[in-house]
Amino acid sequence: MSAPAKPQAALIPGEPADFSPNLDARKAKGAKWRVAFLGSTILSVLFLFALVASIVNQGFGYVLTVAEVEPASLERDGVPLERQDVAALVETIRDNVPRRFFIKVDAEAPLAQRSREELLAFVEAEVVKARVVGTWSLAESLLAKERILAFKEAEAPEGRLFFRSWVNRALLSNPQSSTAMLAGLRGAVIGSLLTILFTIALALPLGIGAAIWLEEYAKDNRLNRVIRTNIYNLAGVPSIIYGMLGLALFVRALEPLTSGSMFLASGAGPGGGANGRTILSASLTLAILVLPIVIINAQEAIRAVPQTLRQSSLAVGATKWQTVLHHVLPASIDRILTGAVLAISRALGETAPLVVVGASTFLSQDPTGPFSKFTTLPIQIYQWTARPQPEFRNLSAAAILVLLVLLLSLNATAILARNKYRKDKRLGR
Amino acid sequence: MSALTKIFRKYGANTEFAVTADSGAGLDAGAGPAAAGPAAGASLDAASDASAEGGAAPAAVETPALDVRGLDISYADGFRAVKELTMTFPRRSVTAIIGPSGCGKSTALRAFNRMNELIPGTKTGGEVLFHGINVYDPGVDPVQVRRWIGMVFQKPNPFPKTIHENIAWGARINGFSGDMDELVESSLRQVALWDEVKDKLRQSAFALSGGQQQRLCIARAIAVRPEIILMDEPTSALDPISTSKIEDLLDELKKRYTIIIVTHNMQQAGRVSDSTAFLLHGELVEYAPTKELFFNPKDERTENYLSGRFG
Repeated sequence: MSAPAKPQAALIPGEPADFSPNLDARKAKGAKWRVAFLGSTILSVLFLFALVASIVNQGFGYVLTVAEVEPASLERDGVPLERQDVAALVETIRDNVPRRFFIKVDAEAPLAQRSREELLAFVEAEVVKARVVGTWSLAESLLAKERILAFKEAEAPEGRLFFRSWVNRALLSNPQSSTAMLAGLRGAVIGSLLTILFTIALALPLGIGAAIWLEEYAKDNRLNRVIRTNIYNLAGVPSIIYGMLGLALFVRALEPLTSGSMFLASGAGPGGGANGRTILSASLTLAILVLPIVIINAQEAIRAVPQTLRQSSLAVGATKWQTVLHHVLPASIDRILTGAVLAISRALGETAPLVVVGASTFLSQDPTGPFSKFTTLPIQIYQWTARPQPEFRNLSAAAILVLLVLLLSLNATAILARNKYRKDKRLGR
Repeated sequence: MSALTKIFRKYGANTEFAVTADSGAGLDAGAGPAAAGPAAGASLDAASDASAEGGAAPAAVETPALDVRGLDISYADGFRAVKELTMTFPRRSVTAIIGPSGCGKSTALRAFNRMNELIPGTKTGGEVLFHGINVYDPGVDPVQVRRWIGMVFQKPNPFPKTIHENIAWGARINGFSGDMDELVESSLRQVALWDEVKDKLRQSAFALSGGQQQRLCIARAIAVRPEIILMDEPTSALDPISTSKIEDLLDELKKRYTIIIVTHNMQQAGRVSDSTAFLLHGELVEYAPTKELFFNPKDERTENYLSGRFG
């Protein structure tokens, strides 16, 4: 009459004796995994947070500078430097720089005809000549103000201590400079945007076209299977190898094309003797780098279009191309765009192949077109981090923030475009 | 290049949709191809004249809409889905093909307008004669075949476009030059959908119910004025009310089109079809007028299937 002892009471009396509910044990096992999954999520979020925090930490903070000539001493007829007009500023410059230097600069472009902002920047660079004595991170600036003040009293009591956001308008608008306080990203931002523009123009049509052929037209034979497999393999090739290819093919072999000399009678292009190391070479290299990614993503997108859609189109007497153009592409364009964004983000952040292809370490002129010498944001960041002066660390943190914002806004644009297409698709437009 | 290609070309070039405006909104039987078809056109003309005069000519003497001879289909894995199928489909009638799952009925149906070619590795032998010419002739373009032999699928699959565009697209790509709104209206009226959707033609077809979507798919098929409409289990994804609406529709549609319907549902075949073919293991077991096949089957296997002993 007595039931055998069980770890749990049976829900229904008369459960077969050789079955045990062992529910507690099964639940306990599940709970362990649940904790493990939660742990990996938390860890990932922490890493991301640490990345952003360390960049922001470096991008803002106190700076201690010592000026060669105090700006306060530059007042003219009782007007302080910041409120002087162009004529007064020219006089200030004439009084404070060597005469020969003044004549040389004035001969390049008459100072009286330059803008006020330009002259103020010139005073900052050539007269005030502020030298950075120390920089502090955001955390130090907020938590250890006394130590910073003590450092100032000890090292440079006459210096100027101020809170600086290294991300500022001057960072975007100033050209390259060897002085951290004046250095900007203008050339690198223009270079990055131009390079990405040409990369998109090359890689998207080629990649989507190849994907359409592979998915819609190619027969399922051995050759095409080999091609498909190798495209997947290419997506995993290290980017530096594409750099080597770019150097050999675009910079060297196709130099007349990539330097622009075949289009211009007078040899050197507008980049001023860039040889093949131009924006066009960089774009071509990045285009073949991201091409496999674009193709694979577009293939997946096209494959996800239901077969019934193709059938219903063909059944009313549509040709293959009409089916692809009117039904397959509209139904897959949102996914194709998502893949394209991934590819473009990758290209925007690439550094190694561009170093090999020959990004310039210092640009005297902004890039203007496909045949200009170039540098890009990641290259600029790489160069700044390699500098010995500590203030360039803050500068590169600021440049990283600019790069991140650029990447995120590019992604956001594409997500908006995708959502629009997706909405259109749902509404049947 | 075969004669059929030339006929197709000729239709395509000249007469495809030319009669819309002055022939009662294009609803006249056989208005499109029959009026111009050199060989088959004569009999079609005769038929439409006859029906206009009160149906004097019996359907039996017409050339069949589709004449299938020794159709043999096997898939890439070597499975022979249809074996030496030979049968003819009479004009302007509903022919049902029934049989258990995997008997090859859908495969055969898809072979009639060369849709089976979309499955890689499919091998098709034999002939499918349309207007006396084999649609599998090397000179025949499958795109033109499908324009004359339309298809409605198992699951409603409207284009992800507006209701209007669902109808208009097929006609437009086939070079329709008449009044598009009129074509859309007449197509929707033929499937008894006009009153339900006339106020939302610019809305997505996905806003419609499943049954409405399937009627829209039928309207889409008839908008390009095919001669034959193939239906592959068109009601199997629908509820009973939507199903009966579509069944009622077939009675109207067969006045203008030849309909070949594959169905799982024997009762449906009994209700809607004029003649029925029973397929088993890829072979045609019995093909007879529906009443005859249902009430007096000649073959023991047909009788067993109909009485529910297998399948």
